[in-house]
Amino acid sequence: MVQISTRRLDKTTILDISGDIDLAHSSEVRRVVLVEFREKKTPKVLLNLLEVNYIDSSGVASLVEGLKASRDVGSRMILFGLSPIAHEVLQLSRLLTIFEIYDTEEKALAA
Amino acid sequence: MICVAHFARCGRGLDLYHMGRLLRLELPSNPEILSVVRSTMTRLTEEMGFPAEDSRAVTRAVDEALANVIRHAYSGRSGQTIELMCRRIRIRTCGTKRAALEIVLIDHGIAADRKALCGRPLDDVRPGGLGMHFIQGGVDVMQYRSLGRRNRLRLVKYLPDTEAKPPVAKGE
Repeated sequence: MVQISTRRLDKTTILDISGDIDLAHSSEVRRVVLVEFREKKTPKVLLNLLEVNYIDSSGVASLVEGLKASRDVGSRMILFGLSPIAHEVLQLSRLLTIFEIYDTEEKALAA
Repeated sequence: MICVAHFARCGRGLDLYHMGRLLRLELPSNPEILSVVRSTMTRLTEEMGFPAEDSRAVTRAVDEALANVIRHAYSGRSGQTIELMCRRIRIRTCGTKRAALEIVLIDHGIAADRKALCGRPLDDVRPGGLGMHFIQGGVDVMQYRSLGRRNRLRLVKYLPDTEAKPPVAKGE
């Protein structure tokens, strides 16, 4: 199960995601992220992954797709609060340097 | 949702040091079952004595393999059957025998494309294609065989050489 709640701070949207971003739920994460960039043209979107327990390859693909969509419209997608497991998956995918990643929400907002 | 589990038991309970067959699951091709299988594989590998990193790697490999069956072999159709079997085996490697976990997945869907089993280069940053990389990276042996409408994926992960010896019962 995955839950996504949205907070808006000025021109920034924070997506608080909890649960597993796996085959069963990655399409929902993908949909919400793409709406922020393609429809709302939000300049900066932060993905709060503090409560994400697991990310599989379809979840990673959704994040990559979100990143590409952000670049297409000149926006930024930032990840923060990665669990050790989420960090490990991005490391195995050799994607740690592709994403903007911060430890905390404060640092991500200030970036 | 069907999920049939058979745990191998002996003596007073689970004895994961000696057992051959450890687990057999009959799973529906429904993505919602994946979290249940992940929990099961994590617990099984921990009980067998795999280090945490290996336990996560095996769990990830099985999760991705099942996801591939659901997405590709069964084209996303739910309600099809996937068999998952786990055995403790001894396997000869480099002249010595080692204890290992053998995982076999059987489905009756479309056979996998041999080229797709190789995965893709990680330098190519794009969505998709990571699943095979996670499977191959998580285990020591991967074998795939398709015969008729029966597809069989075999994964093997060696237990660490420094595995604990079985406890010696009193009086022995």
